[in-house]
Amino acid sequence: MSSAIPKPPAGGNGRLLPPDAGRDRPLFVVAAILVFLACIAALGARGAWLQAQRWTTDLETSLTIQIRPVEGRDAEADAGRAAELAAALPGVERATSRGRDHALALLTPWLGEGNLPDDLPLPLLVDVRTRSGVQIDTAALQAQLDAEGMMARIDDHGRWSDAVRRAAGSAQALGLGLLALLAGAAAAVIAFAARASLAARLDVIDALHLCGAEDRFIAGLFQRRFFMLGLKAGVAGAVFAGLVSLLVSLGDAPADMAFFLPQWASDPFEFVLLAAAPILAGLTAAVSARLAVASDLRGRW
Amino acid sequence: MDPEPVIRFDNVGMRYGRGPEILRDLSFDLPRGSFQFLTGPSGAGKTSLLRLIYLAAKPSRGLISYFGRDAATLPRNELPDLRRRVGVVFQEFRLLGHMNVFDNVALPLRVAGRKRQDYAEDVAELLTWVGLGDKMNALPATLSGGEQQRVAIARAVVGQPEVLIADEPTGNVDPEMGMRLLRLFAELNKLGTTIIIATHDLQLVRMLDAPVMTLSNGHLHIRPPRSERLRMQEAAEAEAEADRIAAAPAAAAPRSSVEPHETDIADDGDVDE
Repeated sequence: MSSAIPKPPAGGNGRLLPPDAGRDRPLFVVAAILVFLACIAALGARGAWLQAQRWTTDLETSLTIQIRPVEGRDAEADAGRAAELAAALPGVERATSRGRDHALALLTPWLGEGNLPDDLPLPLLVDVRTRSGVQIDTAALQAQLDAEGMMARIDDHGRWSDAVRRAAGSAQALGLGLLALLAGAAAAVIAFAARASLAARLDVIDALHLCGAEDRFIAGLFQRRFFMLGLKAGVAGAVFAGLVSLLVSLGDAPADMAFFLPQWASDPFEFVLLAAAPILAGLTAAVSARLAVASDLRGRW
Repeated sequence: MDPEPVIRFDNVGMRYGRGPEILRDLSFDLPRGSFQFLTGPSGAGKTSLLRLIYLAAKPSRGLISYFGRDAATLPRNELPDLRRRVGVVFQEFRLLGHMNVFDNVALPLRVAGRKRQDYAEDVAELLTWVGLGDKMNALPATLSGGEQQRVAIARAVVGQPEVLIADEPTGNVDPEMGMRLLRLFAELNKLGTTIIIATHDLQLVRMLDAPVMTLSNGHLHIRPPRSERLRMQEAAEAEAEADRIAAAPAAAAPRSSVEPHETDIADDGDVDE
């Protein structure tokens, strides 16, 4: 008797869910684009963050000594002596006296080149770099300079650093805000698209439900499917974002131009971000598919 | 026979949303191992009644018990198990187009968590029995209507359900195939399956001596099987005869006392159309 029965088809079980057949492609494309944008925003926000950090560090680790020209004194020599004195202080990395050429160069943008008489007295600058986190005793330095008889003024940039810190803070907040907006939009669109894509498969849900499939069985099918979809779209978007940021960094845009541009710094942050984005996209798609199926099933008894 | 009906309706009413009641005050039992037809004009609520029976919809009021369990107190997670005990052949089949015939038929076993190697041969045997042994790898779209119907029937019976519901099973096939399907259902009924066949086809109904449930305007009328009606008719006739003999041995009276029954039966036939 059993010899008359043909063999059941070889191989494993057929897929319970229909293959994509292009139906999910819009969801894939939209998710990939949004993951790409979110990655770019995250990399850009970090670029802004690092840039702002650099500004404040620059300000906090530098002093400027201004040597005003005094009748009968050699300003260049005074500047050299001031640099020596400053360099001797604890916490000072280096002190460089900038000559008259430097002072002229600073004035060039306003006065043009060669428009100043050679004998015009100009204040000279001494650029002092300190180790970060060290507080320089500017009062003592000022006293030493006064003792030398120089007309010197120490500028520790305190007037600027608060303003710069505020600006850097808002740049960082803006970056994070952009990131949050894009990540939120990505999640919302992925969730919406997952729901729309589900609506096209109600026949499958129907058939499984009436065959006595448990809710979690049906939800699990869709959840797996959409996790993989979100994951693949996320990988596509993240890889593309990585490439773009790499290209931006290879191009020699000046640092301040690249303020909100993604920059590839080849540090763990990039890898963690680009690896986490697809997983988050996958989880978002999976969770929204699960919720959509669950709400459909609850409506059915 | 099991004294407890597989499905019992008690004053069941049903409406969709806030619309009018589609089914009103339905009270009946489906005894275990019984066979019945369900007829009624389109829009009379046949599909809704079937949906209630195969646990796709909840009643708006009244009590339904499935296999002795009161539907109102059933926890949601026990419903799948009850659904597996009810097989359904949908009018439009509802096969999954992306799966081959074998996988479509095996679906109820799969969702019940059974392993493929345990059921593969049973499914192949069932498909051979319905004449589709050589089409196990075919996709539903490549099959004729009658073949798709047999796939749908195989899927409905593969889990050996205690109740089998068929909605217009002969709507898409020629009369000969209709007869064969009916014989198949009768066969399953002999093996103990409770069967409900919803149909417009009065010829089909006349072929079996089974009770007929007729829905009209949301109300249900149950006509006993022909054999029972004949028995009742004979009983009535015998009673009338006895009365006649007892009253007056005149003449010509018997026919008039029998007629109401005959008219009654003819009327029922009309309602069915």
